[in-house]
Amino acid sequence: MTRRKPLATGSDWNFETLEAYEHAIAALAREYRLDTYPNQIEIITSEQMMDAYASVGMPIGYHHWSFGKQFLSVEQAYRRGQMGLAYELVINSDPCIAYLMEENSLMMQVLVIAHACYGHNSFFKGNYLFRAWTDASAIVDYLDFARKYVARCEERHGVEAVEQLLDACHALQSYGVDRYKRPSPISAEEEVRRQDEREAYLQTQVNRLWSTIPLAVSGLAQEPPHDHENDPLGLHRHGRYPSEPQENLLYFLEKNAPLLEPWQREIVRIVRKLAQYFYPQRQTQVMNEGWATFWHYTLMNRLYDDGQIDEGIMLEFLQSHTAVVSQPGFDSPYFNGINPYALGFAMFSDIQRICRAPTGEDREWFPDIAGSDWLETLHFAMQNFKDESFIQQFLSPKVIRDLKLFSLVDDDRDDSLQVEAIHDDRGYRRIREALSVQYALSAREPNIQVWEADIRGDRSLTLRHVQDRRRPLGQSLFPVMRYLHQLWGFPIRLESMEGGDVVRRYQWPIPESSRESA
Amino acid sequence: MSYFIDRRPNARNKSAVNRQRFLQRYRSHIKRAVEESVNRRSITDMERGEKVSIPAKDISEPSFQHGPGGRRTVVSPGNKDFAEGDRLRRPGGGGGGQGGGDGQAGNQGEGMDEFVFSLSREEFLDFVFDGLELPHLERKQLQVLEETRPVRAGISKEGVPARINIVRSMREAQARRIGMRAPLKRALREAQEALESEERKDPVLRNPARIGELKSEIERLEKRIESIPFLDTYDLRYNHLTHQPMPSNQAVMFCIMDVSGSMTQAHKDIGKRFFLLLYLFLERNYEKVELVFVRHHTVAKEVDEEEFFYSRETGGTIVSSALTLVNSIIEARYAPEQWNLYVAQASDGDNWDDDSSTCLELLDESLMRKLQYFTYVEITPHAHQALWEAYDTVRAAYPERFAMQQIVQAEDIYPVFRELFRQRAQS
Repeated sequence: MTRRKPLATGSDWNFETLEAYEHAIAALAREYRLDTYPNQIEIITSEQMMDAYASVGMPIGYHHWSFGKQFLSVEQAYRRGQMGLAYELVINSDPCIAYLMEENSLMMQVLVIAHACYGHNSFFKGNYLFRAWTDASAIVDYLDFARKYVARCEERHGVEAVEQLLDACHALQSYGVDRYKRPSPISAEEEVRRQDEREAYLQTQVNRLWSTIPLAVSGLAQEPPHDHENDPLGLHRHGRYPSEPQENLLYFLEKNAPLLEPWQREIVRIVRKLAQYFYPQRQTQVMNEGWATFWHYTLMNRLYDDGQIDEGIMLEFLQSHTAVVSQPGFDSPYFNGINPYALGFAMFSDIQRICRAPTGEDREWFPDIAGSDWLETLHFAMQNFKDESFIQQFLSPKVIRDLKLFSLVDDDRDDSLQVEAIHDDRGYRRIREALSVQYALSAREPNIQVWEADIRGDRSLTLRHVQDRRRPLGQSLFPVMRYLHQLWGFPIRLESMEGGDVVRRYQWPIPESSRESA
Repeated sequence: MSYFIDRRPNARNKSAVNRQRFLQRYRSHIKRAVEESVNRRSITDMERGEKVSIPAKDISEPSFQHGPGGRRTVVSPGNKDFAEGDRLRRPGGGGGGQGGGDGQAGNQGEGMDEFVFSLSREEFLDFVFDGLELPHLERKQLQVLEETRPVRAGISKEGVPARINIVRSMREAQARRIGMRAPLKRALREAQEALESEERKDPVLRNPARIGELKSEIERLEKRIESIPFLDTYDLRYNHLTHQPMPSNQAVMFCIMDVSGSMTQAHKDIGKRFFLLLYLFLERNYEKVELVFVRHHTVAKEVDEEEFFYSRETGGTIVSSALTLVNSIIEARYAPEQWNLYVAQASDGDNWDDDSSTCLELLDESLMRKLQYFTYVEITPHAHQALWEAYDTVRAAYPERFAMQQIVQAEDIYPVFRELFRQRAQS
């Protein structure tokens, strides 16, 4: 076979070579059926990359000090050489925006185009979580709307008032998602059009809920058995509000907090909508990075096989790729948890191997996919899972062996740690189970839900925390409760539950009596 | 489908607002850190930014998190020799965050206890001089020609080619062309019509002489139209600039230091730091700051910076000699109407016995009227002498313009400086 002449050589790039490579990669991506949004590839400087970093990957955002803090720490680390900037940043939008740094070598630019513009991009477009939770075509417009709205509020109500509100909302932003309901996608046009209408409507809803004239309040639980002894007039027979526990704290506050002004409700909503936009990313880190890494590896190798890149670029690529997917052991000074690139790449590569060249072990563990069409299976895996279920479904004994995974139990009732499972026949399933749980959002973040708003009593809001394996809440609990109190306007109670019983109670503001005793 | 966009020319300080918000929010923390660093490092390297660290817990953004305790299982890579059922000693302390096995909890924060970032030089000095005010900062009107600034003042017919206003010139040219062509074109049209009607006539009735006449007329008119220039010197318009006198924004700082035998190098260093602080401060308030160094023992002499700080002298002390020299320099070079004048004096308080009253007289009668501000620092751990008392009288007479403080050691400089220039309530 005669090799084609490479499209370019050396490490310098220009727009013509980038376009040529983009074109070549696009052709290969079509062959692999990578379905993507159109790519908008932007060349930026390292300063601009730091800006992009600081705004947590949003191309435009409202102003807040926490982004400034982020910027300062990135800048500090970069200037002191502790950290290189990521070579790319990609935004889940339609068209999909990817940033390429001008300092990158030609190899890096080609790698980033393969990784971000075809890997991540097709993941954004294909994975079920992204499809259900985000609307790529609307996000940029919505961000623009949010930025302008927040700026207008700052003009009207002062920077400080808005900042305090945002602080409080940010503290709760992990609790701004309906985990089990399909959300309505966000659209900027719609938001602007409906905003005034909604402000007025929301306020009437809240007023109705809190009105002292008894009205039939919708959403209350079915009447519980009436306690004739203590409540002969049946004042409390209407039951708890809300009738079902609410996991979306920000949504609940937006709709029900008694004292918030309409503009404040709108800002709560903005934070909630943006949290929702990032929600899938938090749950698909291993898959997303693994998918993108798998494809840049595959595409770069194809480019080399077709003679479109030369040995020099290929060697540089292999070096960079090896660094990206390296996984230091737990006792290495470089260890910083499991590297999602390494785990994800190992898993997707392994699925490909299981399909193409299954061993007896694979046939036993994965009867459905062993020997099947690898491309088909890979697309299926990418589309229908999140980290938790992906690991549960596809983590193979071979990957466990390769990474030498082991699980360690740390129980505060036990005075030593115990190795629960290692990479052997008895351990594979247990390790897979434990690793899957490790990526479950419910295990990473405490499960806290709105239990009751005492609309007939002291207006206090009660939250319930269901403990996960007896793990208590951390120190940051009280500052968060203080923020909750700022939003709700009345006392906040929090109950930690273990097996149906309340094991700890917290309250904010801290009641006078307990302060005296303390 | 893909397309490339080159964003490099775009603005790069997208985060500037957020950065400022952060600095604003943690003002008090940063100020504390800056003050500590000012005291720590030599004033001579005020010219750079500063790394500031704030306790991370003060700026953390709280969220609900799992605390230590309960039962947790952690999967980690890189097993070497563990076997199932092995029991390991818990690495010290108990809580989350340490040891290899606990990476998950370790990443949740609480590990880093200092948030470190850099302030630029500008930001740093902003914090150093925060809440300070330059007393009697005035913008002085100046008549001298150099202190004017060109301002655009409409359009003129005369000017140099460099300032030609192309749009206006072309517009003038077009108007002129239209205006000058109009009668010629009308005449041309009439002549052409006449020629046509003449030519349409029956050949017998034609008047060849008339036709010839008309043809030459047309030719003449066409030539004239053509000869109208596209652009005439008459059309040219120039941007007109006038020179507006500019309020002067310049200051002179006189540094006076006693270099008699009683002043040790340590004293001089303290003095130098004080002068530097003042210089940086003035530099932030004025576009142009000139420095004049005057040192004295029994006689005063204007010197350059190097000599001012480092050369050694001995002998007695006559402070008034320096004040007289400053006065004459002002008269010779820095007219008070044009310059903001500041004097900073450092001394150990020694003076020739009956010279202090001369100083008082000099200050009271001529110098203080010209000066914006006079600061005097006395570097001594000892009791005050006659000079201090004389100056105290001046301070009583000019409380707004005269400040004095005592410095015992280097650490005092910054607080004393702040005291001298703290923002005074508007009265």
